[in-house]
Amino acid sequence: MIRDITIGQYYQTDSVLHRLDPRVKLLGTLVYLVSLFCFHNPAGYAVALLFLILCIRLSHVPFGYMIKGMKSIMFILMITILFNLFLTSGTVLVSFWKITITVEGLKLAITMALRLCMLIIGASLMTLTTTPNHLTDGLEKGLRFLKVIKMPVHEIAMMMAIALRFIPILLEETDKIMKAQLARGADFESGGLVRRARAMVPLLVPLFVSAFRRANDLAMAMEARCYRGGDGRTKMKPLIYAGRDYAAYIILLAYLVISIFLGRWSVMTELLTSL
Amino acid sequence: MAIIVDHVNYIYGQDTEQAVHALQDINLQIPDGQFIGIIGHTGSGKSTLVQHLNGLLKATSGSIYYNGQDIYDEGYNLKDLRSHVGLVFQYPEHQLFEVDVFSDVCFGPKNLGLSKKEVELRAFDALRQVGFPEELFYTSPFDLSGGQKRRVAIAGVLAMKPDVLILDEPTAGLDPKGREDILDMVKRLQQESGMTILLVSHSMDDVAEYVDRILVMDHGRVVFDDVPRQVFSHVEELEEMHLAAPQVTYILRDLKKAGIEVDENATTVDEAASTILQAFGKK
Ligand SMILES: Nc1ncnc2c1ncn2[C@@H]1O[C@H](COP(=O)(O)OP(=O)(O)O)[C@@H](O)[C@H]1O
Ligand SMILES: [Mg+2]
Repeated sequence: MIRDITIGQYYQTDSVLHRLDPRVKLLGTLVYLVSLFCFHNPAGYAVALLFLILCIRLSHVPFGYMIKGMKSIMFILMITILFNLFLTSGTVLVSFWKITITVEGLKLAITMALRLCMLIIGASLMTLTTTPNHLTDGLEKGLRFLKVIKMPVHEIAMMMAIALRFIPILLEETDKIMKAQLARGADFESGGLVRRARAMVPLLVPLFVSAFRRANDLAMAMEARCYRGGDGRTKMKPLIYAGRDYAAYIILLAYLVISIFLGRWSVMTELLTSL
Repeated sequence: MAIIVDHVNYIYGQDTEQAVHALQDINLQIPDGQFIGIIGHTGSGKSTLVQHLNGLLKATSGSIYYNGQDIYDEGYNLKDLRSHVGLVFQYPEHQLFEVDVFSDVCFGPKNLGLSKKEVELRAFDALRQVGFPEELFYTSPFDLSGGQKRRVAIAGVLAMKPDVLILDEPTAGLDPKGREDILDMVKRLQQESGMTILLVSHSMDDVAEYVDRILVMDHGRVVFDDVPRQVFSHVEELEEMHLAAPQVTYILRDLKKAGIEVDENATTVDEAASTILQAFGKK
């Protein structure tokens, strides 16, 4: 039941995107997300959309699966569209009763919705193709320069890795305990707010107990294997850039150049003519 | 006929690449009062099957009838079903949550909407049935030993007075003594109350001594469904499924091969002992 949430989850399959170095994907996602907010004309959107479609095709993640996870943000999307549609002033397109839709409003609603969709799909594409461990490895190595200012980069990355690792385990545990209490006649769905809150007790107490037990076990297991933080620690599978990673960086750069060029075409032409 | 399982299929994670066909075309009839063992290697679908019997999982296709009623009918009271078909999960001690043992056992009957007096009577009875020492009734369930916790958890389901009791690997993770205690307790329950009992296990030795009927599961299918001695005669097939016949079956086979006239089909230790003594003329 709880397993239907797909946003931020990893999708197991084999593809170029899956094999890419996590640092490339992190930087790529960042660049892509920023680029989405720099366009002012349709050509820019077209390039960003094309780039996204290309990445989706390369990822081998079924589009249907991606969309399933989007349902949870449908609500936010709707609100954005409606607000932009009805509350933008400009040339009137249609007007009935108290509602007027302007040309500018329509344009804004469409572009905002498009932007939001691309933003979320772009971000989830990264988590769908990168295991949590890989992601934190990438973060740790990518942010190593912060050590200079005494940031405990390794510890933060380790905490993130453990937290991410525990999410599916805790979800599974919740599912199990929920079923066990349902088998004892528990009812999680009916009743008012107070009753429902109280119905959560038989779920939350065992969940916390088990989370603490697991945390304790993990800490002991780590100590038993002499874990002592990041200093002097080497990796079994160190992140090393391969040919495809350099190729990906070049593609990313190309995307950046093209999208800046096209997306800012009007600005450029203005600049050129003024010279 | 208490429970009928009709062409049931179940798929975990349908529509994803990781879909697992956990149950394939299961057909079963479970009459009242039978003591059934469900055996299978880890991942063969035992837990998935038993979670269908009280409506916790809904079959991808097929239907299940309890006392003649289709449990997937609209408006069928699943909560009511769960009070009749009690399910004790694997590692049930992980579901304990109350401040003391007694209140935890009260949770089930309380959910049935019974009076306070009736709830407490049932909890008391259930704890007695599982042989839980009275002086520990008001200690925290988290302070108990593994075997004791498990008894409390089983009592928590028993207190709802189910007609069918399903135990999913009730001996997992217990020491040999704890195992035997739990199994003896289950046998006693069955004899005293006449409940239908389904005992899930991956060890033949656990169930051979006790049950009337064995279901062997492999890769989501029921491969054998018969009385123990018939099932154990398929030793080779069982081994292919990473299962084994009880140890006495192997001893008797070896003896027979060595030319000693014993009855190969004895399934319990007692039966085996008597046929061996007989063979040596020592009745
Ligand atoms: N919650 C779940 N999600 C996905 N697959 C599952 C889940 N639970 C069990 N499975 C899979 O279904 C199959 C049967 O599992 P299960 O019924 O637990 O077997 P058993 O109890 O016999 O060990 C296994 O292949 C297992 O990996
Ligand atoms: Mg199981």
